[in-house]
Amino acid sequence: MSNTLSKIEKRTAYALTLPAVLIVFAIVLFPIFSNVWISFKEVQLKDIRIPEPRAKKIVKSVKNEDSKIKIIYKLRNSSLIQDIRDVKFQDKFPNNVQPVDLDERCKFISNKVQCDFGDWSKKYREQLVIFFETKNGEKIEKKLFKLNKPKLKGKADNILLTTDFTLSNFKKVFTNYEFKDLLLTTFYYTFFGTVGAIVFGILSAQMVNQNFRGRSFIRSTLLFPYVAPVVALAFTWELLLDPNSGTLNNLLLNYNIIDKPINLLGQKYVSIFVFGFEFKLRLALTTVIIFEIWRYFPLAFLFILARLQAVPKELYEAADIDGAGPYTKFMNITLPQITAVISILFMIRFIWNFNKFEDIFLLTGGASGTRTLPINVYEQGFSIGDIGMGSAVSMVIVLLLLFFMLIYFKLIGKRANES
Amino acid sequence: MRVKSIITFSIISSFFLFSLISIWKILSTLQGIELKTLNFNFYFLSGIIISFVSIFLSEKLNKLSIVIILSSVFVLIDYFINSSLPIWHYIGTFLILLFFVNKLSKYNKKNFSYNFSTQIIFFDFLTLFGIIFFSFVILFPFYLMLVTSFKTQALLLINPLDFSIDFTQNIKSLFKSYIIVFTEYNFGKYMLNSSIVSIGTVIITLLLGIPAAYAVARLNFFGKHFLSTSILIIYMFPAIVLVIPLYTVFSQLGLRNSVFGLLIIYTATTLPVAIYMLQGYFKSIPKELEEAGIMDGQNWFGIIVKIILPLSLPAIASVALYVFMIAWNEFLFSLMFLDSPSSFTLSRAIQFLNVGAETPRQYLMAGSVVVTLPILFIFVYFEKYLVSGLTSGSVKG
Repeated sequence: MSNTLSKIEKRTAYALTLPAVLIVFAIVLFPIFSNVWISFKEVQLKDIRIPEPRAKKIVKSVKNEDSKIKIIYKLRNSSLIQDIRDVKFQDKFPNNVQPVDLDERCKFISNKVQCDFGDWSKKYREQLVIFFETKNGEKIEKKLFKLNKPKLKGKADNILLTTDFTLSNFKKVFTNYEFKDLLLTTFYYTFFGTVGAIVFGILSAQMVNQNFRGRSFIRSTLLFPYVAPVVALAFTWELLLDPNSGTLNNLLLNYNIIDKPINLLGQKYVSIFVFGFEFKLRLALTTVIIFEIWRYFPLAFLFILARLQAVPKELYEAADIDGAGPYTKFMNITLPQITAVISILFMIRFIWNFNKFEDIFLLTGGASGTRTLPINVYEQGFSIGDIGMGSAVSMVIVLLLLFFMLIYFKLIGKRANES
Repeated sequence: MRVKSIITFSIISSFFLFSLISIWKILSTLQGIELKTLNFNFYFLSGIIISFVSIFLSEKLNKLSIVIILSSVFVLIDYFINSSLPIWHYIGTFLILLFFVNKLSKYNKKNFSYNFSTQIIFFDFLTLFGIIFFSFVILFPFYLMLVTSFKTQALLLINPLDFSIDFTQNIKSLFKSYIIVFTEYNFGKYMLNSSIVSIGTVIITLLLGIPAAYAVARLNFFGKHFLSTSILIIYMFPAIVLVIPLYTVFSQLGLRNSVFGLLIIYTATTLPVAIYMLQGYFKSIPKELEEAGIMDGQNWFGIIVKIILPLSLPAIASVALYVFMIAWNEFLFSLMFLDSPSSFTLSRAIQFLNVGAETPRQYLMAGSVVVTLPILFIFVYFEKYLVSGLTSGSVKG
């Protein structure tokens, strides 16, 4: 009895989960695996389209001969790089007409012209001309010939499905002189973006965790950058930072704080002198990181605030009795209470900043030293048009990501054991 | 101790005063007023003087008169230093001073002899400064977005710092950018597309996600553990690693340039988080209720519809709002999969406007306001639900 019950339960469970599992499998898991496949192939963006045979039909009347008509098919292989095998052609014609001197590759059977063109090489083009006449010499009707469209069939390799593999994509990725720089930029962006967001999150949460008027207003306001669409925010920031007409530069010029506009998003390095030593700061990268912090510290704020509100008041009261000051209270009560949240936040944000594409893409497009790995995927795959390279770069991302996730789940497991 | 506290107090408070005045001056400058300097020395010095005087007077006069006297004196001096500014600027300065001196008057000589008074003062002002700084930094870009949409390119070229809105003009020319964005740039259609995609994603995600989450939360089956961990892992895979294979496959299947294709992708990418959030909530519903349902002869469909759904409406609302937000704001997939303007979503359309170089910026900003306002409105209105969605679903962002 219980056996059948559990069987029913299982069957129900599978029925309930199947639709969701299928769609996630098709759209998320399948692409991840096919990335592996594509990354070992040499595929260009232009190769993606499967070549197909095409025909354009032109109907022309023949001079002085009412009963005759001329039909021209402009035949071609749609692909400039791939062959098509075994091309078959078929077109239907009105009753009461027959072809004159039909091409020898074609047959006329029950009002249909069927042709067998064999193989078409790449860039193949041909004009096929067929004359028709009415069987009884009546006037031919041109309109009737335009009714049908020719049907063509052919076999072509889908470049994605062939089995010739190569390691050249990965070779190119790793031997590229920019690869080290790419990793470094990604790391800077990810690390400083994450740390900055958490630091500002702690500060803002600590502030909002006190009682003052307008507290709930501030709390919702602080979440605005996280909730609003990235496109709108990125373009607003572009307007804000523009070297010529941007508000920030104009304000700084107006107050005589700077004497030349600074191209915050378009300048790779800026020299900073500290005690006579020259430092080169990655300017555009820093700006992008600041945007990143601005947009994502609200999330850290939300988490840390929730945790702060759960800290027992008694702890602070006890500290007051012991004569502890605000600084001691923060260091010895608040910080230890939020370290767990911070470490999980750090991992989550690290993983997500590592993958972040939109923000940099919209602000700089990856120019002036802001090209991270995700931006490189887009550039390789779609700007340069080398799908195979793009996939190879995204494989690098996936591998690093799996490594980070391993750490993350270890951390979560450890936390779960502790509590 | 006391001297140290008083000195810290005056220095910190004058920094605070300076930052308040500077923000006010920046806002005034952006209304087209000519203010050429922030005058750090003057405001810093007067901040120190005000704080000393306020401590000194605190035992002799009542609070209200100190506040009013000090503020008026300050504004008068300010008036002699930069005269010929419009009256509302001084009123604003006066209000800021009222606020500032009111804060100062909380401290009297007694305060400075407490333990840790330096630290307490430091933290108090840091909090105040932080609140104002964070609100300013957060809201400023939104403010800029809004006011730019009411200006014209020509006016902004003449004076890029003048964002004052001329309310004397008629409504039609005031909202000209919005009218043009909706008529010439076809934003009505894009808004419709965005709404269809987002609402469609929410509906399909819930339809598929609720049963799956129920199964994961309640039923025993082979592969359950695997499923619930893989949900999280899948969720953490970014769009950028899916984009190339999806692009190639969708191109070959002819699913690109269709709102439907986008709908499938959004559903698939939001399903894991929806299941993850919902199953957590379903687990918290007492099992006895369902057992009672089974006794009454309900099948799983009846149990979900009659018992689980009514009990978990708040959780479903947070999931729905969260998924709506993701779909409404999504950019990468709409960039990759939509080429023809008839299928654009709002995000894609704004990016398209920006790439088309010569679009005047007020139209760009009007478009940005159009895409931002609905989601901010929803956020403010349903804040409770969306915030709980953000917290439980925020492994992604």
